[in-house]
Amino acid sequence: MTMTEKIFSRASEKSQVNPGDNVWINVDVLMTHDACGPGCIGVFKKEFGDDAKVWDREKIVIIADHYIFTSDERANRNLNFVRDFCIEQGIKYFYDITDRSDFKANPDYKGVCHVALAQEGHCRPGEVMIGTDSHTCTAGAFGQFATGVGNTDAAFGFETGKVLLKIIGEISVSGATYKAMEFVGSTIESLTMEERMTLCNMVVEAGGKNSVIPADATTFKYLEDRTSVPYEPVYSDDQARFVAEYRIDASKLEPVVAKPHSPDNRALARECKDVKTDRVYIGSCTGGKTEDFLAAAKVFLASGEKVKVPTFLVPATQKVWMDLYTLPVPGSGGKTCSQIFEAAGCDTPTSPSCGACLGGPRDVCVSTTNRNFPGRMGHTEGQIYLASPYTAAASALTGFVTDPREFLR
Amino acid sequence: MAAAASLANPTTFSSSLSRSRHHQPFASLATSNVFNATKQRSFKPLISQSIVSSTSPVTRRTSVVAAATANSSSSASSTSFHGLCYVVGDNIDTDQIIPAEYLTLVPSKPEEYKKLGSYALIGLPASYETRFVEPEEFQSKYKIIIAGDNFGCGSSREHAPVALGAAGVTAVVAESYARIFFRNSVATGEVYPLESEARVCEECKTGDVVTIELEQSLLINHTSGKEYKLKPIGDAGPVIEAGGIFAYARKAGMIPA
Repeated sequence: MTMTEKIFSRASEKSQVNPGDNVWINVDVLMTHDACGPGCIGVFKKEFGDDAKVWDREKIVIIADHYIFTSDERANRNLNFVRDFCIEQGIKYFYDITDRSDFKANPDYKGVCHVALAQEGHCRPGEVMIGTDSHTCTAGAFGQFATGVGNTDAAFGFETGKVLLKIIGEISVSGATYKAMEFVGSTIESLTMEERMTLCNMVVEAGGKNSVIPADATTFKYLEDRTSVPYEPVYSDDQARFVAEYRIDASKLEPVVAKPHSPDNRALARECKDVKTDRVYIGSCTGGKTEDFLAAAKVFLASGEKVKVPTFLVPATQKVWMDLYTLPVPGSGGKTCSQIFEAAGCDTPTSPSCGACLGGPRDVCVSTTNRNFPGRMGHTEGQIYLASPYTAAASALTGFVTDPREFLR
Repeated sequence: MAAAASLANPTTFSSSLSRSRHHQPFASLATSNVFNATKQRSFKPLISQSIVSSTSPVTRRTSVVAAATANSSSSASSTSFHGLCYVVGDNIDTDQIIPAEYLTLVPSKPEEYKKLGSYALIGLPASYETRFVEPEEFQSKYKIIIAGDNFGCGSSREHAPVALGAAGVTAVVAESYARIFFRNSVATGEVYPLESEARVCEECKTGDVVTIELEQSLLINHTSGKEYKLKPIGDAGPVIEAGGIFAYARKAGMIPA
């Protein structure tokens, strides 16, 4: 069996699962956030009654991250509603925020769910994670099955602790839709956990069901101080059958952007150098982790110049925010990211949240987020170029979409 | 943790599922644009790909078909849907179906469910000259949506099929679906996510009068006089017909009524 099949096998208590099977699997972690929580809770109570209790109050993680730093009353109401539910149910992991004026005054507040889940040790090899968010697949970086579902499925999970899934099999010979993607190879092994998370995060944009990266020393090291829950990694058998195999020579890869209006509308960054940009956005579960900011800082450091367009920095979580102000950037003589960003004229790093990934600026934006469909970041005619933090930083320095190798040799 | 602790009778459920299964698997057979060979590439692909041939899934499905047809009565309902159709293109993502700013509406509240309908497809760009829902209205005059590939891609927001259902849509006929949207449509029972075999979005026009015959898996365009074969709804049919996974699970005895 493949990794995903083995995880399903264990979670469904069946010795063997095959493509085409429908199985009920036990969920290890069920996540929801302030955007979907109310909907999910609404369905749960409607279907199971006001007195219904969740199946396991320690296996649910509820995270405030989507609509936090806003005066929108309905958004604020969302969080209150979710908080009442957590108190009533005794939910162990509720990363709440009550004082919006200062995120640092909230000890429980973490930030972007997918990054917070990893940082808090909720992602563990061999387990099943379900979340009411399409980028739940990010956790596949830890060698677990992680996928996004809607509120109704999640409400079902709240009550039963199970989700019905179909073993992904041979559906079609093109694309990743409804498939599991497994990333292996020497390049993957050299990636840090955050880099692996970025890779797995974007799988949903290819239509993938989930992605997995085999757990290794890097994974175990990351988990050492973050969780004491025992876990058992699984690995694909040598004889495991796959629908397709793609071999990529990483040494031949060049910086790429996704042009408007689709994440698959790719072009080489260097071929877009005549595209003028109005702003740059570095943030989100995709591109707002500590290492993403370190990457951007390296480009600014190498250049020594100031940015030509407003450059927004939105750390994904409180921890990331702190890292910006404390971690020294290699090769900078002890400077922190925040110092480098300030010297380059970027906006001050904001309070951590999902921010403008799903609603914000207009015009042309080079962004380290994950989707650029029409209206994704606000205006339906807004032009969003998705890019890595390296490319985003380089673009901020020139005011045009720019290949970061212009600055980093 | 024993499965039996929280489920009335899991084995009953899974066996009833296979009994009603048609030859189509539960999942939507969808194709994604990512590796679409006909798409214009701006540079040479840097990857080499080999399609590893696998044989068993095909034979496995056939044996399930044999079991299913042996037991099944025609459980596809005699439902048909009729009305005006609204045509959209490829990759209509959930931000276009229901922009993020409306996610603060909670569908289980009746007034907010109704409001959600008024915002269905409001995120479509200006190139779509005809609005799906008129301003001041809560429902659309278009009951059926006809789409290209990868309908419903993007976010997992369940508000997407819910908004369409609230706006009065009975079914979507698309060339292919993004998986989370497909699953959400079935789980909520809000719309039938049907798949066409041809590229119907290029043959139908917004405002055409159409009928969908679910049992025959047929789309009839009365305005053009053409008929199109659809892929049978399969496993998903009974779930949507029951009203979503909860209603279905109750019927199947999986959760208490």
